[in-house]
Amino acid sequence: MATHNTKTLARLMMAPSVLLLLVWMIVPLAMTLWFSFQNYNLLSPANVNFAGFLNYEFFYTDPAFFQSIWNTLVIVCGVLFITVVGGIAIALLLDQPIFGQGIVRILVISPFFVMPPVAALIWKNMIMHPGYGVFADIANLLGQQPIDWFAQYPLFSIVIIVAWQWLPFATLILLTALQSLDGEQKEAAEMDGANFFNRFIYLVLPHLARAVTVVILIQTIFLLGVYAEILVTTNGGPGYASTNLAFLIYRTALLGYDVGGASAGGIIAVVLANIIAIFLMRAVGRNLD
Amino acid sequence: MARAVTTRHKVTATVFAWIVALIIFFPILYTLVTSLKTEPEAIAGFSLIPSGTFENYITVQTRSDYLKPFTNSVILSVGSTILALIIAIPSAWAMAFSPTKRTKDILMWMLSTKMMPAVAVLVPIYLLFRDFGLLDSRIGLTVMLTLINLPIVVWMLYTYFREIPGEILEAARMDGAGLWQEIVYVLTPMAVPGIASTLLLNIILAWNESFWTIRLTTTNAAPLTAFIASFSSPQGLFWAKLSAASTMAIAPILILGWFSQKQLVRGLTFGAVK
Amino acid sequence: MGSITLRQVSKVFGEAKVIPSIDLEINDGEFVVFVGPSGCGKSTLLRLIAGLEDVSGGQILIDGKDVTQAAPAQRGLAMVFQSYALYPHMSVRKNIAFPLKMAKMDQAAIDRKVEAAAKVLNLTDYLERRPSQLSGGQRQRVAIGRAIVREPSAFLFDEPLSNLDAALRGTMRLEISDLHHQLKTTMIYVTHDQVEAMTMADKIVVLNRGNIEQVGSPLELYKTPRNLFVAGFIGSPRMNFIDGAYAQSKNAKTAGIRPEHLLLSRDNGTWRGTVKVAEHLGADTFLHLDVDGIGQVTARCDGEFRAHHGDVVYLTPDESKLHRFDDKGMALQA
Repeated sequence: MATHNTKTLARLMMAPSVLLLLVWMIVPLAMTLWFSFQNYNLLSPANVNFAGFLNYEFFYTDPAFFQSIWNTLVIVCGVLFITVVGGIAIALLLDQPIFGQGIVRILVISPFFVMPPVAALIWKNMIMHPGYGVFADIANLLGQQPIDWFAQYPLFSIVIIVAWQWLPFATLILLTALQSLDGEQKEAAEMDGANFFNRFIYLVLPHLARAVTVVILIQTIFLLGVYAEILVTTNGGPGYASTNLAFLIYRTALLGYDVGGASAGGIIAVVLANIIAIFLMRAVGRNLD
Repeated sequence: MARAVTTRHKVTATVFAWIVALIIFFPILYTLVTSLKTEPEAIAGFSLIPSGTFENYITVQTRSDYLKPFTNSVILSVGSTILALIIAIPSAWAMAFSPTKRTKDILMWMLSTKMMPAVAVLVPIYLLFRDFGLLDSRIGLTVMLTLINLPIVVWMLYTYFREIPGEILEAARMDGAGLWQEIVYVLTPMAVPGIASTLLLNIILAWNESFWTIRLTTTNAAPLTAFIASFSSPQGLFWAKLSAASTMAIAPILILGWFSQKQLVRGLTFGAVK
Repeated sequence: MGSITLRQVSKVFGEAKVIPSIDLEINDGEFVVFVGPSGCGKSTLLRLIAGLEDVSGGQILIDGKDVTQAAPAQRGLAMVFQSYALYPHMSVRKNIAFPLKMAKMDQAAIDRKVEAAAKVLNLTDYLERRPSQLSGGQRQRVAIGRAIVREPSAFLFDEPLSNLDAALRGTMRLEISDLHHQLKTTMIYVTHDQVEAMTMADKIVVLNRGNIEQVGSPLELYKTPRNLFVAGFIGSPRMNFIDGAYAQSKNAKTAGIRPEHLLLSRDNGTWRGTVKVAEHLGADTFLHLDVDGIGQVTARCDGEFRAHHGDVVYLTPDESKLHRFDDKGMALQA
């Protein structure tokens, strides 16, 4: 199939998507980089001048910056922990022979298809509302004072919502990986005298390692940019208590009209994402051969 | 190979699995239930038995401000997906069937564009859209969603096309098929299932995209994501109607999602887990 | 007509010279087998002839016409692939008809030819089935059917039997040989299995690392292998190679003797050996022996030879059938 003609044709066929993505990657990124060195406020668009590293300095020295980095980390790590541990547990459960497996799968995967604003709204109003939410009903039933989740534990509440959205993803991928485990391997381990616990530690977990890596990396990319859930529930507050880096950049840019500052934040976000991207590319790339 | 499973084991596993599944599904179920309640019922405390009114749906339907975002969601997700497929099919094709030493690098690079955090380019995209008059326009957002999902579409198609054995194409070539005949008679019929699942998954992703759709629209082009997000402040009084709107926003995609769940894994992991 | 000539054909993949340079003449109507270990370039050579790969140098002529630059379809060849490469979305009938449809033949003629091919290949009852509903052997026959309806000047087979089980392989071997006798068309057949090569070929081309080691009829290769590689590759069980004092006494670096040319006896003979493993196949017996002063030797004799692990037996090599090789591994003439 590798004749000369087909090669030329192949290049032509690839050109549109490659060129589009090239433009899509370079133009906005270059603009962000350029803006990050400018004094540029949308309220006074006439006064644009070179700012050097001032934007970075401002962004960096803003106490909200460190808070937002910390919040970003809490969201990413918290959600990862819940989804990976929960995902493995549920995947192991669903891998057992059960009645109505198809329906159970569908129920478990469903939250993944719920758009983030709806997910946030459901949790905010139906589940976590201090007056009318299901959690409040449960608290009342137990004679406890209902918790005002978004006021008292804003970040934790957001972690819960996001984890609910991503738990199905982790479960589905881990379940798929689990089902690809060779049945004869399990039987061989049984013949070798390994009990359920031993089989899990020495056979299942190593087999899942790759899928877990993929889950962690892909989720991290999306979790770094959690936005709609915050917008709908806490709007980043109280104060900056639930503002992550993505939300801070949005605040700076479209609420503070500070193009320069937001761009500096954007570049920091790119650097962060790239560090993670490198690891993901390695994990996925190995599968290409 | 299959060993007889004790009924007790199966029953135990079934009970646990159903409990877990129902807990996970509960928020969606409760939204559905609430959407069938009257407004006073909705805030009257926990109850899984609604009075069964469809009033909320009728109210939401007849108010033109629901139909418009719904139409926008359909146009945006389907439009951007078809556009992405048109651009991606030839590329994925070429990469799967005439791979070169650089194919892998190109694929990896495409994936890397997906890793660029959206907020990082919020400012320039916003300004570009403003300057070109694309803010709150369907065309602008369609292009945006196409670009965002293009890498995933190329990747998914690539992993599907790669499973079509090269020998079959060679056989067609030996049998005297020209490039066009090869595409029409051999490749397309074999590629259709892969293209269909790519289409499905991408519609889901585009439908649920909640950063650009919220930030780049106000009213005219606003899809359901933006519409629902605008309900973040009014509480209490409209819960039943809000639940009805939410149910309608997620129902079509939930059903599509159930159909595509098998393909979901490979699509979302770029073929790393199958 | 179907004579094929290769002139200094070479193929380079990046740095790797898969085929340095090959000259070969294939006559019309011949059944030629390319045989060699995996990675020897035999499949690549077939694909070069088919036009599925571009040559890096040299010329390919079919019936005297230079087709080096011609597209696969223009060469008038048909190929049967290792995976059969059937179109999974088409019925058997449509699979077989596909090349005719591509040649824009009218429907009545297509139907007639497909029916005829199906009859020859015992596929008449399966014409409306999909390939996924067929057994391995049936799929193989569909692939062959797709090749024969084109009436090509030559058939190319790329390891067509390697996906079948042993029993079916034997049957299909006969069917392909039979087909060759009926059609009398040139066939080029690639395999790594020397049994297939020996049983089917008019002419065997032994390949190793992209070079032709020897070309000849099966019995020529068996009787007069040109070097150690061919000697070791052709024949089963493998030829015994003996270095050292015994070879020197025959004025050679290495002496070679086939297992069937060792006479076995319980009481006397030139060599004395201890049986390590005895394989009793009924029709013949293979003994793997440790021979004093010689080393590991395999012997074969017709029928039953009663011997078990640990027994002492005597062997006498038939020195008229002895092969001698120099220090470069080339055969020495007698």
